[in-house]
Amino acid sequence: MNFMASKQPENSLLSPESDSQRTLYPYVTGTSVVALKYKDGILMAADMGGSYGSTLRYKSVERMKPIGKHSLLGASGEISDFQEILRYLDELILYDNMWDDGNSLGPKEVHNYLTRVMYNRRNKFNPLWNSLVLGGLKNGQKYLGTVSMIGVNFEDNHVATGFGNHLARPILRQEWHENLSFEDGVRLLEKCMRVLLYRDRSAVNKLQIAKITEDGVTISQPYSLKTYWEFSAFENPAQGAIGSW
Amino acid sequence: MPKEQANWSPYDNNGGSCVAVAGADYCVIAADTRMSTGYNILTRDYSKICKLADKCVMASSGFQADVKALQKHLAARHLIYQHQHNKQMSCPAMAQLLSNTLYYKRFFPYYSFNVLGGLDNEGKGCVFTYDAVGSYEKVGYSSQGSGSTLIMPFLDNQLKSPSPLLLPARDAVTPLAEAEAIDLVKTVFASASERDIYTGDKLEIVVINADGIRREYMDLRKD
Repeated sequence: MNFMASKQPENSLLSPESDSQRTLYPYVTGTSVVALKYKDGILMAADMGGSYGSTLRYKSVERMKPIGKHSLLGASGEISDFQEILRYLDELILYDNMWDDGNSLGPKEVHNYLTRVMYNRRNKFNPLWNSLVLGGLKNGQKYLGTVSMIGVNFEDNHVATGFGNHLARPILRQEWHENLSFEDGVRLLEKCMRVLLYRDRSAVNKLQIAKITEDGVTISQPYSLKTYWEFSAFENPAQGAIGSW
Repeated sequence: MPKEQANWSPYDNNGGSCVAVAGADYCVIAADTRMSTGYNILTRDYSKICKLADKCVMASSGFQADVKALQKHLAARHLIYQHQHNKQMSCPAMAQLLSNTLYYKRFFPYYSFNVLGGLDNEGKGCVFTYDAVGSYEKVGYSSQGSGSTLIMPFLDNQLKSPSPLLLPARDAVTPLAEAEAIDLVKTVFASASERDIYTGDKLEIVVINADGIRREYMDLRKD
């Protein structure tokens, strides 16, 4: 059902004079983020690529950041909007700390804040072009949620953004179970990231895996996945095809 | 220089179906727990049902972010009402508030298709059904959402609602017992899950009667 056609008439009340103030499309983008709950907390993985359209322009972009004491934020989509969100969250956490009341914002609260921010920007027709994954735990309660650029949000035992929804979620639905060990969780995430590496053209083979437990956040050093390209079908690809090149 | 057009839509349809059936002294509100986008399932365990007041429950399907915002808005208004009137809002009162809230955004609507169910001040079941911009009516039963085209005709057949043109006006609430109504709702969702790709995974049923509110779950097809 097309409730709101994306074409706006010239005299629409909803389009201001200068449309150059609104986001129309993203420029530098990050691809999928995949995350799952495991025995001790949350595991999240994202590669370090920042694409400029079809060019893999930046290869050391950290797309996962700790937020406060209890949360970890991963983002795909426009990198500059992600940096803006980090500035918003910085202010949020600062004010939370300045209360100095022994209380601190948990992942559920941060996720709710992010949802409201994303939804409000969508209402003004100037979205933050990101899909966010927010994971964490507070007082032993694990939390993993996601928000899209138009404000659609939910929590689940495993989440992914972008291509991860198509390629990683099915693997996770099959193989995720309650109380995964750290090693099993990492193995599962690496399996997902490997499939994304093979099949997502915006993926780069340089990734980080982040973990958040009651003790805090650890983001791994960047590393690469082993890949296999010796399939016989890749050898001499033009063998069966008549062509000039 | 022709104006650049936006290539994103502020709306999405996250699918799902909702049903409510009113009885003489109970009300059954049900919705599936699947949340989708396009041909993907986002999650299989998402509740579309929200308790707005002690005897008033709303089930909404459509664009989830708008549904969430609407639920928050109504919950906040209900809190204010409680502070000002020192009592819970009745179901008919909440029904009017929901209608006004929806119409307020007539020119940038909440893409939310709602059914409101509960007990009125006399303890009789009541169901209100809405479109996205707030037009509503009190009915004996209703369904909204992606499966409503499959569900509604079946409910019409089973619950035989009297014509609203009759004089004297006949009651729309069903004479069925609570257990029979719940069974009907389960059947209806099982059927809708067969043919509607956006309906399935799990069914959440909320029953309101004189004893209070209780919740039941039933598995649905996961494909």
